Amino acid sequence: MATHAVRVSGLVRSFGDRNVLDGLDLAIAPGEFVAILGRSGSGKSTLLKAVAGLDYDVTGDGDIAVAGEIAVAFQDSRLLPWLRVVDNVELGVRPGRGTAALAEVGLEGRERAWPSELSGGEQQRVALARCLVREPRVLLADEPFGALDALTRIRMHDLLRELCAKHQPAVLLVTHDVDEAIELADRVVVLHEGRIGLDVPAHDADRTHLLRALGIGVAA
Amino acid sequence: MTQVLERPVALTAPHARTKRKRLGLGKPIPYGRALGPLLLIVVWSAASATGALDPRILSAPWTVLQTGIELTRSGKLPESVLMSLQRAALGFLFGAVAGTALAIAAGLSRIGEALIDGTVQVKRAIPSLGLIPLLILWLGIGEPFKVVVIALGVAVIMYLQTYTALTGIDSRYVELAEVVGLSRAQFIRKVVFPGALPGFFLGLRLGVTGSWLFLIVLEQINATSGIGYLMFQAQNYGQTDVIIVGLVVYGLFGFLSDAVLRLVERRALSWRRTLSG
Repeated sequence: MATHAVRVSGLVRSFGDRNVLDGLDLAIAPGEFVAILGRSGSGKSTLLKAVAGLDYDVTGDGDIAVAGEIAVAFQDSRLLPWLRVVDNVELGVRPGRGTAALAEVGLEGRERAWPSELSGGEQQRVALARCLVREPRVLLADEPFGALDALTRIRMHDLLRELCAKHQPAVLLVTHDVDEAIELADRVVVLHEGRIGLDVPAHDADRTHLLRALGIGVAA
Repeated sequence: MTQVLERPVALTAPHARTKRKRLGLGKPIPYGRALGPLLLIVVWSAASATGALDPRILSAPWTVLQTGIELTRSGKLPESVLMSLQRAALGFLFGAVAGTALAIAAGLSRIGEALIDGTVQVKRAIPSLGLIPLLILWLGIGEPFKVVVIALGVAVIMYLQTYTALTGIDSRYVELAEVVGLSRAQFIRKVVFPGALPGFFLGLRLGVTGSWLFLIVLEQINATSGIGYLMFQAQNYGQTDVIIVGLVVYGLFGFLSDAVLRLVERRALSWRRTLSG
């Protein structure tokens, strides 16, 4: 068994002549929950796409090693509107486990619904169920709660924490929300100019400190 | 679910009586769309009854109705309708199948795209009706010629809509398919085809309308049967009533075929119904 679920070394990704990621190193242990913070344009999503293997039209360098199956949760739920909920969940895997996964995210009985019949929060739950059925070793999440209202987001946080405790995937969560990062993650990483600017355990993370690392001056 | 409040309730102050002026068009009149045509028929009837409208210019509505009944009784109208229907249906069928097949070949492979798309775009620049002289030389003026002209026109329409839909799949769905590890066959079956279905249906509806258009033109140039032929003869004898009967039949063809396709579309795209209300 690999000692790391994800290991990124010397990662460079460029758009034009701008290095969005500039020699980034990051290792995530199995079952570890890492939140990535960064200002917009700091390369958060680029990093996630690189780990997910979704970067085709960029130039770059560096090594990425991922142990086992990856699942990705996007900012939008990205359900196919023409597939019923259960078929969305079982997309790309052998059918049969969709119902159980839907029950786990609290959507039992909604298998035959169309995605457009669900609320935004429910759609994001389906997207989580779609990640779950893959039994991923690594879960990549790109601001999955960004489009949800505050109350729904709190419930989704609880759900995600519960699911991670049960299934133990390594998680790489990209977010712009400092509080979300501290609340959910084991480790908080701040990206700065294409590298890691700050890397602290979440229980030690101090909100003011993190905000300062993000370039936001907070009057103390 | 789309119930609209008649009177917006002012919540700011309970005694405020100012009613906000509604800028939208308000509730639609029930069966409102039938009012215009009905009015037209009333005016037409009045003009004919008072003698203001010369029957040589336009026959009275009741004369048209009578002629329609007579033509049906004598078997002339049903015979012509069947002939026209057969031409349009065969042309539409062949055109739709060919257009869809070409669109799939061009939409799913780069080689297909290179070979087919440019060719169809060139064909598209030449109106199908412009090919008539050449096709008459090749095929004569019999039924095959008529079916081929209709099929060519329909095929181009079908191709354009279906090809655009196949290649216009949202890139976010492509990304998703990659992330969940779909095979190419699964990707096509679960993402590309269902995603392109609305465009395919639009092509069918435009295609069926096109097939009637081509039919009308063909039947008036060189036909010895069909609705168009009936109207062409009537023109020679100044029978405006027969011409109107022919127009009504064409109108019914267009209306009914579109209605049928819309029904099929609603069934096939039931996932969309929730979006359109």
